[in-house]
Amino acid sequence: MSGGRQLSSFVVHDLLFGIDVQEVQEAIRHLEITRVPLCPRLIAGLLNLRGQIITAIDLRVCLDLPERSPAQVPVNLILRTQEGLLSLLVDEIGAVLEPGQDAFELAPSTLRGQLKGFIREIFKMPDRLLLILDTKRLLAELLSMTAAAPSRDVTALQHPA
Amino acid sequence: MDEWNDIVKEFLLESDENLGQLDRDLIELESNPTSREILARIFRTVHTIKGASGFLGFTNLGIVAHAGENLLSQLRDGKLAVNSEIASGLLSLVDAIRRMLSEIAATGKEGDGDYTALLETLRRLQGKGQAGETPATSTGPMQATPETPAPTPDTGRPRSAAGGTSELATSHSQVSAESLSLRVDVHQLDKLMDLVGELVLARNQILQISYREQDPAFVASSQRLNLITSELQEGVAKARMQPIGNVWQQFPRLVRDLGIGCRKKVRLEISGNDTELDKSVLEAIKDPLAHLVRNAVDHGIESPEERAAAGKPEEGRLLLRAFHENGQVNIEISDDGAGIDLERVRQKAIDQRLITAEKAQVMEDRETLSLIFLPGFSTAKTVTNISGRGVGMDVVKTNIERVGGMVGLDSQRGLGTTVRIRIPLTLAIISALMVTVSGERYAIPQPDVIELLQLDDLERKTQIDRIQGVTVCRLRGRLLPLVFLDSELQLKSPSMDTASSLKPQGARDGTVVVLRTHGRQFGLVVDQVNDIQEIVVKPLSKLIRAANIFAGATIVGDGRVSLILDVHGLALRSSVVSDPGSRNDERPSDALAPHREILLVFEGARRERFAVPLRQVTRLEEFPSLAVEETGGRDVTQYGDEILPLIQISELLPQGGLKRKAETQEESEREMLKVVVCRKNGSAVGLVVESIVDVVEHDVRKDPCVIQGRVTRILDLEQIFQQALPPAAPVMEMELKQ
Repeated sequence: MSGGRQLSSFVVHDLLFGIDVQEVQEAIRHLEITRVPLCPRLIAGLLNLRGQIITAIDLRVCLDLPERSPAQVPVNLILRTQEGLLSLLVDEIGAVLEPGQDAFELAPSTLRGQLKGFIREIFKMPDRLLLILDTKRLLAELLSMTAAAPSRDVTALQHPA
Repeated sequence: MDEWNDIVKEFLLESDENLGQLDRDLIELESNPTSREILARIFRTVHTIKGASGFLGFTNLGIVAHAGENLLSQLRDGKLAVNSEIASGLLSLVDAIRRMLSEIAATGKEGDGDYTALLETLRRLQGKGQAGETPATSTGPMQATPETPAPTPDTGRPRSAAGGTSELATSHSQVSAESLSLRVDVHQLDKLMDLVGELVLARNQILQISYREQDPAFVASSQRLNLITSELQEGVAKARMQPIGNVWQQFPRLVRDLGIGCRKKVRLEISGNDTELDKSVLEAIKDPLAHLVRNAVDHGIESPEERAAAGKPEEGRLLLRAFHENGQVNIEISDDGAGIDLERVRQKAIDQRLITAEKAQVMEDRETLSLIFLPGFSTAKTVTNISGRGVGMDVVKTNIERVGGMVGLDSQRGLGTTVRIRIPLTLAIISALMVTVSGERYAIPQPDVIELLQLDDLERKTQIDRIQGVTVCRLRGRLLPLVFLDSELQLKSPSMDTASSLKPQGARDGTVVVLRTHGRQFGLVVDQVNDIQEIVVKPLSKLIRAANIFAGATIVGDGRVSLILDVHGLALRSSVVSDPGSRNDERPSDALAPHREILLVFEGARRERFAVPLRQVTRLEEFPSLAVEETGGRDVTQYGDEILPLIQISELLPQGGLKRKAETQEESEREMLKVVVCRKNGSAVGLVVESIVDVVEHDVRKDPCVIQGRVTRILDLEQIFQQALPPAAPVMEMELKQ
């Protein structure tokens, strides 16, 4: 919440998100993904990052956004987490932003659906809003969901309202 | 200061190795008390430690070692003879030294433990040698009872460099032998193994490219790269191998102490000390093995009196055996003790509500034995309550299964118990069969694969039978359940899925990979078998591990990630192995024990279970219920050019069967009947069943018995035939004669 935070920005659907640059290792456009059967749909699969096997999470599924068109190739945003590297599939990578403290705002309590769980901070940019993705919450949610007995029917992330 | 630390570190490492040797030497000395060679070796080791501790300023250590040395010199000079009391005293000395050393390793100081009792004991023991000099100054009841053996951190190889801090320390022959080996940090080796893993992957990728490449120079050098990589991989794997003897060296001491502790005479025999295993595997099985040895002495072998009464030699025998077979390491721990009291195991299981009393009555011995492995069976209380084993056996099993191993148990009342363990040599790189299904590639660990069969070939020879969801394959007189990998992994759309299971998939190409898990076989149907590859197993992230159907992932030649199938998980998921608690342990599948038969298990209309020997089953059929005709008060159907008498399986039970049948009559008009066709002496009968459950191997002496946790009647076909083909049914007789 201190001023001058450096945020990697990226676009998913029509939303602009930000993650602390410290958490991001790199962004890679195309990596072939091996899907994992019987996993929740938000787990896009596994990919090979220079010999390391990494799990990819589809942010569109996570956030209950409409599916990407087949022609649209997602970008892998590689994050460092406590569980090792993790790839978030996003639509586009943006610039590193450094919004001023005066642009900070807590997320409105009226946010709906999955966004409510993972967005708690917002920066008002001149032309649009920058939503700060709480990756720790996201990871915790993913872990608790996948640790529960994996049922065939888990297709989307169920978030307690 | 750093240099100083290095010296201390070196001292600790050497001493640790020497202490391992000391333990073994002392045990050997007990059975061979006059060996000057062993005595000299023991003396030298203690002396080295004493010398170094003086030099490094560890006073207490010096005093204790000195007391030991005094006693040892009496022994060496023949003034004293070794007896078990002296040996116990010396072993406690080793323990004390070890304690101080680990204190030094942890804190840099030798700690302020109180060793006066030990010193007193050593002095007293020594006093006995100096006849008359100090008569009975220490009359206290200071028996050197062996303490509970501390889990000694036995690391390192047996017998390596004896240190150089002392003037007397090294014998020359030892130096020359030791200069050929080198101490390497384990992490260094792990790192090396990881790198080799990466190299193997890179090699695989280059090979893949080289298949498309025309340039002969490139092809030749990639072939060379291939060879060198394989050799390097083998070499590094070998460097990580350690003889199982490294773990076993602690057992003579353990057995001796336990034997004294519970007043039993035990002779430990060890064979296969040199059998090598990957270090990480060895680490993983160390504790389970110690546990099994402890169990064998504590609960397996009887007291000398009991043994004598049973007509056995007073001294019990505990045999540890290790050997390589089929790329796996086999370890056996057998004793000639009392064996496991199955009655008490049953009782215990009932008390702990693991099984019901009814179930216990019909449970066969093998199943009863496997109860021991159930978690919850063994609680701390059972140690005292039960004379059979079962202390933490579930933990043993879990630990061994974690490294891909298997545990089996054999026990005969009065004759003894044998625990058999099978584990893979190494974990990091395995050989795997690569298969494709629905365009995705999967790896199947090769040790699980038994054979490959062509699906269309089997279809042609009508070896495939289907009853709705259940597809089985007839293979050399056995029914093999088939599992379709694509539908199991839900790789097809659901609509296609149901269509294919209703309709015979005759047009379908594919290969049946016959797999074995926990002694059960099943066929996995895949689209295509590609090749066999050496793959590097990478663990799965927590996020996808929960599915339990994949053992890991790997990177294949083209750089893509492939998932490694967990054959046992797959079997569980597809219900090939239905109940983890009741599955049979590994046994040779072709050599059936007498009284054991392969049974086809099915359910009647009220879900009651029946079984018939599979060899008497000729086919599994489906008939529309409209095809059932009635003649002479019996249900029959036309079957080829025969008339097949049908028997409602539920009617075989005395009550309720007919009523149920009347109820179902109407609704079943449109139904398909599932029929198990059995044949005997040329005549056939069809058993109408609700569903086919499984094919199992089981003891057939008891009827009813419990199979997969359900009470199951084993049908007497003789009787059924008499019922179905009574002489008073002339019409049927005539028809059948044709």
